[in-house]
Amino acid sequence: MTTEMQKSGGMKKDMVVYVCILALAAIQFVIAYQSIDGLQMFVRMLIVAAVEAGLALVFFMQLSENRGLLWFVAIFTVFVLLAMQYGWTDSFRLSAGAPWSK
Amino acid sequence: MSQAEMTMGGHSGVTAGPAFSIPTKKLAMWLFIIADTATFAACLVAYGFIRNATPNWPRPFHSITNVALMTFILVTSSLTMLMGVRAARAGDKSGALRWTFVTAAAGIIFALLHVREWLALIGEGMTLFKNPWGTGLFGAAFFGITGLHLTHVTAGVIALIVVGIRYKGGRYNADDLDILGLYWHFVDMVWMFVVPLVYLLNLAH
Repeated sequence: MTTEMQKSGGMKKDMVVYVCILALAAIQFVIAYQSIDGLQMFVRMLIVAAVEAGLALVFFMQLSENRGLLWFVAIFTVFVLLAMQYGWTDSFRLSAGAPWSK
Repeated sequence: MSQAEMTMGGHSGVTAGPAFSIPTKKLAMWLFIIADTATFAACLVAYGFIRNATPNWPRPFHSITNVALMTFILVTSSLTMLMGVRAARAGDKSGALRWTFVTAAAGIIFALLHVREWLALIGEGMTLFKNPWGTGLFGAAFFGITGLHLTHVTAGVIALIVVGIRYKGGRYNADDLDILGLYWHFVDMVWMFVVPLVYLLNLAH
């Protein structure tokens, strides 16, 4: 395969990923106008954002080309997401129980 | 045994290649990105925390046009950055330079749209500590998170221009553009979380 063919193949892949990310961003805007409760909306938007970020990480930032680094970033991301969950649940405790929240 | 090996206690493996088999500069950028991810995650968690715990949280955004346009520009700038890096890797110096400056221009347009939005909100009476719609915490959270992101975009634009000029002068090469590209994609990636959490969840229905 020539360098020119590799370049055009790479560009095609980049374009597909770019269109996918734009489409996912559009889905987030559609979700914002759905008549669903706040928690459901938040969860749906966060899932779409995570997929968008995953596409950008794997294809734009070429993380798929380095397995060691991919695992390192994946484990770190899971750790951050778990830490976020700790924060969210505690905010419910604050809104329901703490006197200074009202 | 060399002096260096003796200093290392005779373990020649200590001086093996860089971690994850990537250049040291690229690894440094990845470590920065990981650290910055934690910073943004902490900000977004803190934002979610106060938003959830505050009963009269404002929903001041009536239109999604501006934020949709900003999103389109930033995602497109990631594509132009990729094109620049690909051109640099293929030895097309003028193409690499052109796409790098197109990316910088997109960053500038994004920043200007952002400032325009800020000025509109300030014009409606929103400051860091108060606003006409509800809790004053909203201003601090909104300006804090979007300001942090805007700072990253501004720094990225400056870096794109500096690296572009030095690439043209021959001081930097395709690897340097590639490393800067990582930073730019990261800034784009953060925006993907800022939009739903800070803008779309606060739309006035």
